[in-house]
Amino acid sequence: MTGQVGPKLGDDVLLEVQDLVKHFPIRKGFLRRQTGAVKAVDGVSFFIREGETLGLVGESGCGKTTTGRCILRAIEPTSGQIYFKDKNMGRVEVVGLEKTQLKKLRQNMQMIFQDPYSSLNPRMTLLQIVGEPLLVNGVAKGKEIEDRVAELLRVVGLRPEYMVRYPHAFSGGQRQRIGVARALALNPQLIVCDEPVSALDVSIQAQILNMLQDLQEQFGLTYLFVAHDLSVVEHISDRVAVMYVGKLVESAKTEELFLNPMHPYTEALLSAVPKPDPRYKSKRIVLEGDVADPANPPPGCYFHPRCRYAIDRCKQELPLLRELKPDHFVACHRAEELALAGVAEQAADVTYR
Amino acid sequence: MTERDLLIEVKDVKTYFFLDEGTVRAVDGCSFDILRGQTLGVVGESGCGKSVTAQSILRIVPPPGRIVSGEIIFHRKEKGNKASSVVEQVRLHELDPRGPEIREIRGNEIALIFQEPMTSLSPVHTIGDQIMEAIILHQKVDKEEARKRAIDVLSRVGLPKPEQRVDAYPHQLSGGMRQRAMIAMALSCTPSMLIADEPTTALDVTTEAQILDLMRKLQRDIGMAIMFITHNLGVIAEMCNEVVVMYLGKQVERADVDSVFYNPQHPYTQALLRSIPRIGQKSRERLESIKGMVPDPYSIPPGCPFHPRCAQYMPGICDRDQEIPFYQISEHQWARCYLYDQDVKKQKAQTEG
Repeated sequence: MTGQVGPKLGDDVLLEVQDLVKHFPIRKGFLRRQTGAVKAVDGVSFFIREGETLGLVGESGCGKTTTGRCILRAIEPTSGQIYFKDKNMGRVEVVGLEKTQLKKLRQNMQMIFQDPYSSLNPRMTLLQIVGEPLLVNGVAKGKEIEDRVAELLRVVGLRPEYMVRYPHAFSGGQRQRIGVARALALNPQLIVCDEPVSALDVSIQAQILNMLQDLQEQFGLTYLFVAHDLSVVEHISDRVAVMYVGKLVESAKTEELFLNPMHPYTEALLSAVPKPDPRYKSKRIVLEGDVADPANPPPGCYFHPRCRYAIDRCKQELPLLRELKPDHFVACHRAEELALAGVAEQAADVTYR
Repeated sequence: MTERDLLIEVKDVKTYFFLDEGTVRAVDGCSFDILRGQTLGVVGESGCGKSVTAQSILRIVPPPGRIVSGEIIFHRKEKGNKASSVVEQVRLHELDPRGPEIREIRGNEIALIFQEPMTSLSPVHTIGDQIMEAIILHQKVDKEEARKRAIDVLSRVGLPKPEQRVDAYPHQLSGGMRQRAMIAMALSCTPSMLIADEPTTALDVTTEAQILDLMRKLQRDIGMAIMFITHNLGVIAEMCNEVVVMYLGKQVERADVDSVFYNPQHPYTQALLRSIPRIGQKSRERLESIKGMVPDPYSIPPGCPFHPRCAQYMPGICDRDQEIPFYQISEHQWARCYLYDQDVKKQKAQTEG
């Protein structure tokens, strides 16, 4: 996967990330000399097709949010290429883009944040919040903005009259709808959803997930859905990518990944999710120890100290991401020989009245 | 059920907060028993009164809140001899919240662990000091012996290198290790009951699996009862024997865990179970969400608080401003819903037939 330059995938690919790296320097001492680096994202490659939802999962600190932000260049990547098929500019390489072009590009890439309380300015009305992208990009002004904001609020299921109110007047679920309306303001192609439902209550979570799916159908949106909750990711994603300590360890179609995982970390992650069924007896794999330190990862495969299948080779040689089946990528030396357990199918047979 | 098994009885407890804006009925009629060595799950959305129920038992409801009615009876084994078969009844609701009797129970007989281990541990004391504080307070031992016991309990919760970690500050530990330290503190006096208030919500799934395993193991070893407060139905299904479902301060359903998941009676419980995405059930179908949102605590609807969102709302019955009885459906199942009222059933049959 390394060494190649230029996009290599077909026309239906909206976003292609190649070898994305983001190292945060660790500085010490009087001269603030760099003594090391936190390898938050360390050579990640993936792609998203148009109209598709890619779920990006992993534990906290594995670099999934950093990856999402690098794509929008909200954080400057250290190295790597990001190709985006812009509806106006054609295929562009995001990392090397100049400021003026970047601004144009960002009209087509938007973001929804995790915390609906801190991501909305408490001193701005909904009209100002949702209308700001239109104003900043000179797309509309005056009465036009009002009309567009009213339309957007209706789209996300809020009443247009609310536009004169401030965020404090709304509940968590409603605030998340405001965040979605703001992201939709410029008719983007790609929306990076960074844990959009993890701060919400169970009954509200279902409403927001349904809305995101409806909007995707209505506007032909593409989502990069960053989350740690596997059941939510399974529900909304077409394909899923799993990250561990800054690296992609596995990616596949959702069903394939959940039923036939090929990486031991994915297997452990799936078995760790508490199942809402008291009759389900899980053979749970409990991982020992903690997530590796991204500033000082172990040699070889980063997962080997916690992996129950590790052999000597895993301790020395870093596995590369390989395509073992069509659309199923795995970074594990023993992927072919291991028979790993997915989410058992019988768990799905439970029905509720 | 013999008298000896009973650990705590909560009878129709009401805890209200008297604020300038009005009275918030945080807990409005909650009844349950916990048997020795059993696990009771309390589930509900934010603001439903789960945590205030726990605070009421420990008598740490912050002012201006107070218990306005109801009884909390703690069946305590003879003082200083936890193996004794003599049981005395302590009426917790009558105790002075600052008095010596309740302080003798808090931490010693009933311990509490919180959701966020970073904010509930003191950042300026080592974890050893914080654990020793409880031991010295309740067990009349000197500092040296207390330190020995602190190290012992840290190794019991599986903290690696306990002799060194006893002198660590909370910020030096990872989230999972902090939660282990917190559990160690709660267990240092071998309580007969542990109240766990969302103990794994802030943790990753793999860490969550470790902590849940640990809690199960410790429960077996010590034989303590656990009151497990969470909004995660998966955790409930795995950990609990009995479940209480709460909505806006009201206990809407109480049943054994199998009935809650396979034969839920209250429309809220049914809706809650249908609205969660389930792992291993790949479908991109819409989730059945509960319409509307949780009303704010100052304007709780009259009658059944769930009626504006309920699919089986019966006009003229559910919105009557009167207390709904807690109907017993089977030996181990109760629901607070007029659907189970004999008169309402007859009326319904007449109008339909």
